[in-house]
Amino acid sequence: MRALKTVFLYNQISNFMLNQYETVFIATPVLSETQIKEAVKKIKRIITGGGGDIVHEENWGLRKLAYPIQKKSTGFYYLLEFRSEGELIDKLETEYRRDEKIIRFLTFRMDKYSIAYSEKKRKQKEIEKKEEELKNG
Amino acid sequence: MANESEIRYLTPPTVEVKKEKYCRFKKNKIKYIDYKDPEFLKKFLNEQGKILPRRITGTSLKYQRKVAQAVKRARHLALLPYVTDMLK
Repeated sequence: MRALKTVFLYNQISNFMLNQYETVFIATPVLSETQIKEAVKKIKRIITGGGGDIVHEENWGLRKLAYPIQKKSTGFYYLLEFRSEGELIDKLETEYRRDEKIIRFLTFRMDKYSIAYSEKKRKQKEIEKKEEELKNG
Repeated sequence: MANESEIRYLTPPTVEVKKEKYCRFKKNKIKYIDYKDPEFLKKFLNEQGKILPRRITGTSLKYQRKVAQAVKRARHLALLPYVTDMLK
């Protein structure tokens, strides 16, 4: 009983200790839409397969780059927010490096302010969506 | 002899009114600086894309560090250029 309790407590603590990460990657613009979807799916599978929990995702679509990367002036941006152990990040980044479709990526740990900021932003978007629906409907 | 009050200047002396600088993040209670908003970050860059010093923008040290981090993240993701001319 006691052992169970400690296991339970440990789980709770480790759950509490999980960090939230934000990762953005840029895929090459030469891909077709299905190829991009596949690439996104692959990244998501790596996160969920490694015990990560995707909190939020955002597709920024095709954007112009401020400077050329690998001789390309545009790129598909995709953002993912997830909670996981820190060890997953290494795996994720090696996958990013291995993948030729991905030309740039950025991953960082979110602090409490950035978490609050992104949650607030999401809520605002939801409200805007609802208002639009009300207008249309 | 002209009186002192009659002295004329070629260019009238301008009395500089010192504007008190302030940290916009402290004033508006902004806790997190988003790197995804390049238009906002451009306020802290000169036209070559360099980060402006604190003595010009008036940002407090705490938030200047965060501005720098956000700008560097934006540059890495090609949201802002590393080097340019005539950014604004």
